[in-house]
Amino acid sequence: MILVWLMLILFAGGIGAWLSESRGVGVPRVIALVAVLLDLALVIFMLLAPESIGLTPVASEQGEWLVLFQADWIPRFGISFIFGADGFSLLLIALTVFLGLISLGSAWHEIKERSGFFYFNLLWTLAGVIGVFTALDLFLFFFFWEVMLIPMYFIIAIWGHENKEYAAMKFFIFTQVSGLLMLLSILMLVFLNYEATEVITFSYFDLLDNNLSGVLGMLLMLGFFIAFATKLPVVPIHNWLPDAHSQAPTAGSVILAGILLKTGAYGLIRFTVPLFPEPSMAFAPIAMTLGVVSILYTAKVAFAQNDLKRLIAYTSVSHMGFVVLGVYAWNAQALQGAVMTMLAHGFSAAALFMLAGGLQHRIHTRDMDKMGGFWGVAPKMSFMALFFTVAAVGMPGLGNFVGEFLVLLGSFQVSITTTAFAALGLVVAAVYSLIVIQKVFHGENKNNYQFDDLTFIEMACFALMMVGLLWMGLYPQSMLDMAEPTLRSLGVAFP
Amino acid sequence: MSTDVLIDLLQIIMLTLTTVVVMLVAGFKREHGLVNVLTTAGLAASLLVFVFVDPVLPLQATELLYFDEYSLFFSALITLGALSVSILAYPYFESHNSHNEEFYILLMTATLGAVVLACSTHFVSFFIGMEMLGVSLYAMIAYPVHAEKSAKFPLEAALKYLIMSGLTSGLMLFGIALIYALTGTMFFNEISPAIEAQDLASSPVIIAAWLMIISAVAFKLSLVPFHIWTPDVYEGAPVPVTAYLATVSKAAMLAVTLRLLLISDAFQYEALMLVLTVMAAASMLLGNLLALLQSNVKRLMAYSSIAHLGYLLIVIIAAASIPGILSVESMGFYVAAYFIMSLGGFAVISAISNSGKELDMISDYQGLFWRNPWLASVMITVLFSLAGIPLTAGFMGKFYVFTNGLQGSLWFLLTMLIIGSAIGLYYYLRIIYAILQQPGKISKQDPAMQAIPFGTHAVLGSMTAIIIYLGVYPMPMINILQSLAAAF
Repeated sequence: MILVWLMLILFAGGIGAWLSESRGVGVPRVIALVAVLLDLALVIFMLLAPESIGLTPVASEQGEWLVLFQADWIPRFGISFIFGADGFSLLLIALTVFLGLISLGSAWHEIKERSGFFYFNLLWTLAGVIGVFTALDLFLFFFFWEVMLIPMYFIIAIWGHENKEYAAMKFFIFTQVSGLLMLLSILMLVFLNYEATEVITFSYFDLLDNNLSGVLGMLLMLGFFIAFATKLPVVPIHNWLPDAHSQAPTAGSVILAGILLKTGAYGLIRFTVPLFPEPSMAFAPIAMTLGVVSILYTAKVAFAQNDLKRLIAYTSVSHMGFVVLGVYAWNAQALQGAVMTMLAHGFSAAALFMLAGGLQHRIHTRDMDKMGGFWGVAPKMSFMALFFTVAAVGMPGLGNFVGEFLVLLGSFQVSITTTAFAALGLVVAAVYSLIVIQKVFHGENKNNYQFDDLTFIEMACFALMMVGLLWMGLYPQSMLDMAEPTLRSLGVAFP
Repeated sequence: MSTDVLIDLLQIIMLTLTTVVVMLVAGFKREHGLVNVLTTAGLAASLLVFVFVDPVLPLQATELLYFDEYSLFFSALITLGALSVSILAYPYFESHNSHNEEFYILLMTATLGAVVLACSTHFVSFFIGMEMLGVSLYAMIAYPVHAEKSAKFPLEAALKYLIMSGLTSGLMLFGIALIYALTGTMFFNEISPAIEAQDLASSPVIIAAWLMIISAVAFKLSLVPFHIWTPDVYEGAPVPVTAYLATVSKAAMLAVTLRLLLISDAFQYEALMLVLTVMAAASMLLGNLLALLQSNVKRLMAYSSIAHLGYLLIVIIAAASIPGILSVESMGFYVAAYFIMSLGGFAVISAISNSGKELDMISDYQGLFWRNPWLASVMITVLFSLAGIPLTAGFMGKFYVFTNGLQGSLWFLLTMLIIGSAIGLYYYLRIIYAILQQPGKISKQDPAMQAIPFGTHAVLGSMTAIIIYLGVYPMPMINILQSLAAAF
């Protein structure tokens, strides 16, 4: 029930923010902040002291569930509300709520128009994402999968930048159409299960033992894979992302890069591979190749960008390539690495987008050719930029390093060639990242921009994310331990 | 005639009574408000009949009408549609200061025709219902033709509809005549046994007869290639009439068609199935593609309706190979969902239009979200529902279509459905985007900022509520549909 509360608080907070819109800019954002803080408190309790709020982990053959909630929804089709959280989901829920707080911080001074409706959309996106991370009924999952889209579409379409119509439309159509393919796969899976067992059900647990293989299994698996790969994204279906990220307002980019991309990775780990183990194994070499192509190709494209936000967007695709690689290597190290990369990238990408958004808010351009010498103008901002860039590159001691290193370690056992090429990604990453620092913060301030340094709220957000990344880098075991039981239950052998 | 029959006929009696009263009142005292209130009250009363009177089901009331839960469901839907149109028509026609009263008589007769269609299991009542509906609609479409500043092309629209409908009726009659000549029956359920008894199943005459009937139906449902009249008529007719045409007339036709096809076992004819498949694919593809080119919301809705009827046809085609009970349930859900969302959409157009000036270009909706958030929210909900996004009735409808298509293994049509939906997203999003944009200049005379009458608010509110309710918690509706589908 606590998972339902997590979502209900956000849903209600969103409605409250919208209704209070006429009372000025301040009231909606306070309501939103209260809702997110309440959620954060709940999540912290769930993480640190589950017993104190009456949660006892349920161990079953389908894994160790901290919370499992079940209720009928549409019994006619065997559709029910099944929400569950295990260690893996819980990590991602914590990431979601935490970045929700960060995105509130980045919107605090930026959003002045229709702020009530903005916070409504923000909170509903977060609620949708939590739904995705906890739904264990395939219909319910699909439902949330689509629900998180609509508010995000509004955020881009209303508060976006100059080319928002195109970006919003592309974002929506890409995800929606790939979602339809997944819906088709889900229905087919349910129908096949119905023919075999005479029971019509959308429950994840019941559908797990479907034993599909051959061409049919491959096709159904591809339906899921395409939907998740679009969201992740994987080359060649990545090109909605640079537009959506660069046109979205800062808070929108933070959520997109920090959380929404992770829903794709989550889907691959939780649904695609466990539901279709055999077809997935057959498909793994192709998927791993796609991952490597993503890493290298988008790294190169990123290097060619002038638009700061587009550059960061492409680097996101590149980092997500490591996740694909890790998932399809499907062994303990690689998967742990994928999970770590998801979490660490959530922080570093969110921080970088927040920096880029903050810069754009101050100087009204994202064109790096016009920037330069900002270290003198805004030293705090420049330091933050350097820190998070270095984190994204994979500096030892920070979260991203642990993730990418583990992925490479794991995939090395599966395919040496692929891993060798993927490792090149680390080198290229240094190139495209340092060029940002060089162009924007070093050199000469050609256009003589003068602007305020980071505000207190921004500093607080960045400091929180710094602590997070350091924690992940120095004590990753705390998170690896949480994800381990989930991965075990998905059939991964741990040494 | 027993009391049971009278009880079942009560809804039709209420409608007829209202028609007569409205006609008499309009004859003696020309007052738009009074006539509108009478019509609305009469329709509301006949809607209440469904709630409070417990009919005896199933029952053959006279040779022509058959009452079961299926016919009652569609009759209730039709009455609800007519009620909403009547409420929307008052503010629309109020500014049109000539004789408005006859419009409501036509509305009532059209509704009677539609209800007869929903209760028909006999070719004669099929034809009578279709003609009653059609003839009333010609006049309704052309209604504002004498107004000084009338809607754009009512006369053109009415003439087009008249000529096309004339042709349709001819085809239909020919088809019926052929079937009657060979089988000697007009009852839907006696056709199949008669054909089997005489071993006529492969007779070209029977197939020709079915093709004629299906073409006539396709005209009324505006399926490609019989769709050409649709955009012009939708655009030319006054908004409340367009709403009526898009909802009541289509739902009534669909109700009788599905019943005809299911109980006369028409699915055994491969030629017929082939024609239906081609029509479905072409409607989905062409309807969606042509909708991309529109800048007028009414025309866009016309093409979108062509596409939606194409989706619905998947359910009808799948009925050949899956249990009839699922097809009836799916069809009922989709029709109800489509009905409600179309009504909601046209209610928004109607709220900012009147017979003097219709605001139906996409550019008229630019910035609606900032000028009138309520109307904008309704429109956005409707458009998302039409696009089939979860949380809305349209999604559950699409879910049903997918389920039917999968169970019937209609891979080709499902591919078309996905392609069509993808294209569809684009033009629905285009309107939504226009609605969300900052308006240029807001003037005091802006029609979207004027006070909206209470009745219109009620229609907008209830349609939105139903769309979301059906999308989030469809179970009660599914239970109703399952009980009525049990007869098939």
